[in-house]
Amino acid sequence: MTRAGWIRIAIVLGAVAALEVTTRAGWIDPHTIIPPTAMAAALAGLIASGAILPDIAKTLSNVAAAFVLSVGGGFLLGLLIHAAPRLRRALDPLLATYYAVPFFVFYPLLIVVFGMSDLPIIVIGFLFGVVAMIIATLNGLDRVPRVALKVARLARMDPVSTALVIKFPAAVPHLFTGIKLAVAYSFIGVIASEFILSGAGLGYAIAYAYNNFDNPRMYALMLFILVSVTAVNMVLHGFEQRMLRRRGLSR
Amino acid sequence: MTLAAVAGPGLRAGEAHAALRGVTRVFPPADRRQAPVHALGPVDLDLARGEFFAVVGPSGCGKSTLLEILAGLAAPTEGEVVFEGAPVRGSPPDGVGVVFQEDASFPWLTVWDNVAFGLRRAGTDAAETARRVDHALGFMGLAGFARAYPAQLSGGMRQRVCIARTLVLEPRLILLDEPFGALDQQTRLLMGDELLRLWRDTGATILLITHALDEAAMLSDRIGVMSARPGRFIDMVATGWPRERDSTIVADAAFGEVTARLWSSLRAESLKALGGER
Repeated sequence: MTRAGWIRIAIVLGAVAALEVTTRAGWIDPHTIIPPTAMAAALAGLIASGAILPDIAKTLSNVAAAFVLSVGGGFLLGLLIHAAPRLRRALDPLLATYYAVPFFVFYPLLIVVFGMSDLPIIVIGFLFGVVAMIIATLNGLDRVPRVALKVARLARMDPVSTALVIKFPAAVPHLFTGIKLAVAYSFIGVIASEFILSGAGLGYAIAYAYNNFDNPRMYALMLFILVSVTAVNMVLHGFEQRMLRRRGLSR
Repeated sequence: MTLAAVAGPGLRAGEAHAALRGVTRVFPPADRRQAPVHALGPVDLDLARGEFFAVVGPSGCGKSTLLEILAGLAAPTEGEVVFEGAPVRGSPPDGVGVVFQEDASFPWLTVWDNVAFGLRRAGTDAAETARRVDHALGFMGLAGFARAYPAQLSGGMRQRVCIARTLVLEPRLILLDEPFGALDQQTRLLMGDELLRLWRDTGATILLITHALDEAAMLSDRIGVMSARPGRFIDMVATGWPRERDSTIVADAAFGEVTARLWSSLRAESLKALGGER
């Protein structure tokens, strides 16, 4: 492992150890935060008992659906908008200010439209992620070398295969920005929606444990979310680094 | 080592392999207050089958525009392009290969996959693709780099990847837009020898755009000298070199005469282009 890697591990372990010491010593009220080892033990117990597996499955499948829809939909919409410069000029300020809108205010509307199901939750996750992906796609497509498109024309490729075989791989370094944001936004959108209005899922389970003063369970679930988000991001980061190294773009 | 001989559709005797007839290109202005830019022409050009033709001209004279029109990548504003007896109308005809000035290798593909790109798009079967790609990589001195990515190669090697990618398709007309522009002088001479070998072995017709007068003089059967914008041919210089030739021709007394004539035709135009850019 690199020196930076060791330093990174030391920082994380140091923070966890500090929390462990301060909670064990009673400097922090156990009603506020429990020691990390107690969180891990509670999580192991929850997983072993199978009590939270349905919640995990529900949340992760909703996140996955929101993620796939935002990345796939964002790339397609990005392609379409990029192909229509006038539409793009019209949309640009809307895309730029999109994230000023608090989507959660639309939750009641989405329930009216889609009913009490997973659908409104997935839609919120999608709405959160899709525009980041559109913007990343537009950035990427702007930087596809013109000469690559000429090579495509010489090979007499139709617009669809040009998009998939030339534009997509050429734009990948920029798409990664959108993909990473889409992961984060999908998690945020789905879990936050489960908090406000849902009868299942990790967000709901955390809110439920909180209302019942069940600290070990609440912290165990929070730990699980933290670990899974970190794991997903590290995998993506690994892919990205490998891609950048191949293209001679890594630092 | 020989690449497969070129077998194009038969041409009638005396018919040009590729031709430009009264071709012009006018770019519309960016906004209403500006005048349209007359970039090229009118240009007439007949390329004989198997001819090595070079175009020299001052910067900005429309050389690359001429190449794109001949390749079918751009449509002429006026005039007509003919390749193997059929008109070319804004889409690339079969049998034309282009090597661009800038690095056109795909950074997401290995060298091998880059070179195989056109064959795969054309639906060539895997065994034939492998045979031709391996052959082209050997020919261009890239055999040891088949699995490398372009980012791991030097600029000159990346350009060779692009040349190999064009060659595997066995084009009957090869258009090269300053392909050696990024290379040092020694490498240029050696790449020139490679190009001559390739030209002899395949019998392809070659149009080479270059700003290096010695390169044009060393490689070509005939050299077209273009004026400053709008580019027109102001001189045609036939070198009279034998088909069997290589870079040692630079020591020939006639070589000096050719470059001297090119420069005397080009000098005034280059000054105009220089003045025009200020």
